[in-house]
Amino acid sequence: MALNTQPVTINIGPHHPSTHGVFRMRVTFDGENIQDMEMVVGYLHRGTEKLAEERQYTQVITLTDRLDYVASMTNNQAFVLSCEQLLHMQVPERGMYLRVIAAELQRIASHLIGIGFFLQDLGAFATPVMYCFRERERILDLFEMLCGARVTVSYMRIGGVFADTPDDFWPAYRRLLDDLPNYIDELDRLLSTNEILLIRTKNVAILDPAQAINGSITGPVLRSTGVAWDLRKANPYDVYDRLKFDVPVGAVGDNYDRFAIRLAEIRQSLRMLQQCAIQIEPGPVRATMEMLFRPPPGEAYVPIESPKGELGFYLVSDGSIAPYRCHVRAPSYINLSLLKEMLVGWKLADMIVTFGSIDINMGEVDR
Amino acid sequence: MEGALRDNTIFSSVYDFVLNHVVPDGWDGWEWAAYGIAAMSVIMLVVNSLFALTTWYTYFERRLLGRFQNRIGPNRAGPFGLLQPIADAIKLLTKEDTLPRASDRLIFNVAPVLMLATTFMIVAVIPFGEGSFLADLNIGILYISGVSSMAVIAILMAGWASANKYAMFGSMRAVAALISYEIPVVLSLLSVVILTGSMSLVDIVEGQSLPYLLVLPLAFLVFVVGISAELNRPPFDLAEAESEIIAGYHTEYSGMKFGIFQLAEFANVLLASAIITLIFLQGWRWAILPSHLWFLLKVFGTATLFIWIRATLPRLRIDQVLAFAWKFLLPLGLINVLAAAIEKLVWADPSNSELLLMATINWGVAIVAVAVFATAVNNGRHVPVHTVIAGVPPGVSSAEGVY
Repeated sequence: MALNTQPVTINIGPHHPSTHGVFRMRVTFDGENIQDMEMVVGYLHRGTEKLAEERQYTQVITLTDRLDYVASMTNNQAFVLSCEQLLHMQVPERGMYLRVIAAELQRIASHLIGIGFFLQDLGAFATPVMYCFRERERILDLFEMLCGARVTVSYMRIGGVFADTPDDFWPAYRRLLDDLPNYIDELDRLLSTNEILLIRTKNVAILDPAQAINGSITGPVLRSTGVAWDLRKANPYDVYDRLKFDVPVGAVGDNYDRFAIRLAEIRQSLRMLQQCAIQIEPGPVRATMEMLFRPPPGEAYVPIESPKGELGFYLVSDGSIAPYRCHVRAPSYINLSLLKEMLVGWKLADMIVTFGSIDINMGEVDR
Repeated sequence: MEGALRDNTIFSSVYDFVLNHVVPDGWDGWEWAAYGIAAMSVIMLVVNSLFALTTWYTYFERRLLGRFQNRIGPNRAGPFGLLQPIADAIKLLTKEDTLPRASDRLIFNVAPVLMLATTFMIVAVIPFGEGSFLADLNIGILYISGVSSMAVIAILMAGWASANKYAMFGSMRAVAALISYEIPVVLSLLSVVILTGSMSLVDIVEGQSLPYLLVLPLAFLVFVVGISAELNRPPFDLAEAESEIIAGYHTEYSGMKFGIFQLAEFANVLLASAIITLIFLQGWRWAILPSHLWFLLKVFGTATLFIWIRATLPRLRIDQVLAFAWKFLLPLGLINVLAAAIEKLVWADPSNSELLLMATINWGVAIVAVAVFATAVNNGRHVPVHTVIAGVPPGVSSAEGVY
């Protein structure tokens, strides 16, 4: 007897434990299998780009904190780099090093969140998240020393950073660099060889390189497919050209690679942080400039490698105190574009895990 | 007045009290009333102690989970947070009891009751210590496996009546998993029954001169894995996979109906631990403490195992869960029954040294069988772990050279 079945359409989100905020997927299931899906975004739209056009350049930095709120430092960095290109200005070396230190610490913190919530989506009840947060707390403590804030940092300024490091920063920094490799190894041992994790993630939701490039996918998701594209190498900004590091790439482009590549990138970030600690020299951290500046008319775009992918602020100046146009190239949003191609044919449980493995942030998707 | 209840000291004292002091002199034929009152008081005692134990177990689980997860856990209500379960109960009781408009009202309301009823029906045959049980049923194990699979009907009712797609997903998953895992669980119990020659839990405990954990390791493994699937415990907690389908079959429940589902689930964990203790860990025997306390300690020790698993493992996917039951646990269960049956043929009434020999053989069988089936299941899909080459993309000597 043939059973009469019919597909079921479910609205997953905007309030759902695993949509990392307010993301909504309209998914059609055949039993547990995904037949079709459609993404609905915009529930967290705050009009950041329009707000930026109503404010002075320096005031926009605080808005960028609220885009990808688990990686505020890199948002700051992308914005101030574009501003500096608009102004054609030089940044003191110590300022650039401090920016790279902050950005790499932020990358570790963001990847830890990514890994933790990826495993949470896999069903490992809260334990990996708590352990990832333990390490992230240490990094946020360092941010607190640098600028007084832990999440919405606003640490970077046009022409450098907010202030030089306090005296207790460097000992804490070195202690963290001593401890973090052990933490990461601990996570690796706990997770990377877990049989359940392997069968859940290996060869699931594979993205191939050509597809990824066509879809403008960037960041760890692109590199997991085997494409060695990293803007810190391809278009070095600040002092990345003086640091030695490798670009980890995946072989398959499945969920496991997207997870493992973040662990590998954390290790590379630690390498860079070690080198920065050796190379950094005393000096000014911020170029002197007038409080209210009017950049010459023109446009600027400096893409950087944020933890999620290529992040850039496209700024157009009409010679006034505020940007004429500010567009954010948000990697979280663009990385989502191939979600349907990755997921059709897989099961409900895989959908949640794949969504987690892309590691998006709704603040950045909806802006 | 026949039956096992008569041996119960509480029962007989209440019975005698009612008959001698409450029923007026000269009234004959009132034994049934005394029996009813006495039976009710024993049932009240057992059921309420299970309630109390379960609520305290939720505290235990949350505290222990907190320690596993590098945090403190509930510690605000009362000393060490011991009053947390009471605070939770008050919260649940005072919450609004919502009813989805499209729901099937009757079934929606009956489901939690049925869920809890099956739980308490199991309690009837669990011996809590030396000579204390509600009923020493001679088909105890059969009764347990029959009644416990009735819980799936409650889950299906809850999922269906909620008129919620997540709930429907959860209940369908639960049904698929429970039906699959019932078979290996019963097979592992069967081997115990073969060795003991009785289905009564009391007889099984009395018959264990050596813990069956040592004699039948394969049965223990299959039972623990299978029962955690039946209990919806991680890594098999598909029916209420929070990250996928919100709360599964009880998504639409609120207030104390939700509380009842939770209570039944936690009580089931305790009961499963009690069954494991009775069948594989010699129950209350070899007590260095009073037998009830000793039994309770073992039960909580076993429950710790479930909490540990919950804190560690990610969740499986539905097809993997079912494949694991049919391709891995079922053959292991069959091998286990076969080994037990042959050993029973050879040694009808084993002495202690023969039991040790039996245990050795079974451990050998267990290790070989698990190894063989693990490789067989892994074949064809097992890929080496490290496919990510740090810094060296395929075909490129070093990523530094790309630029």
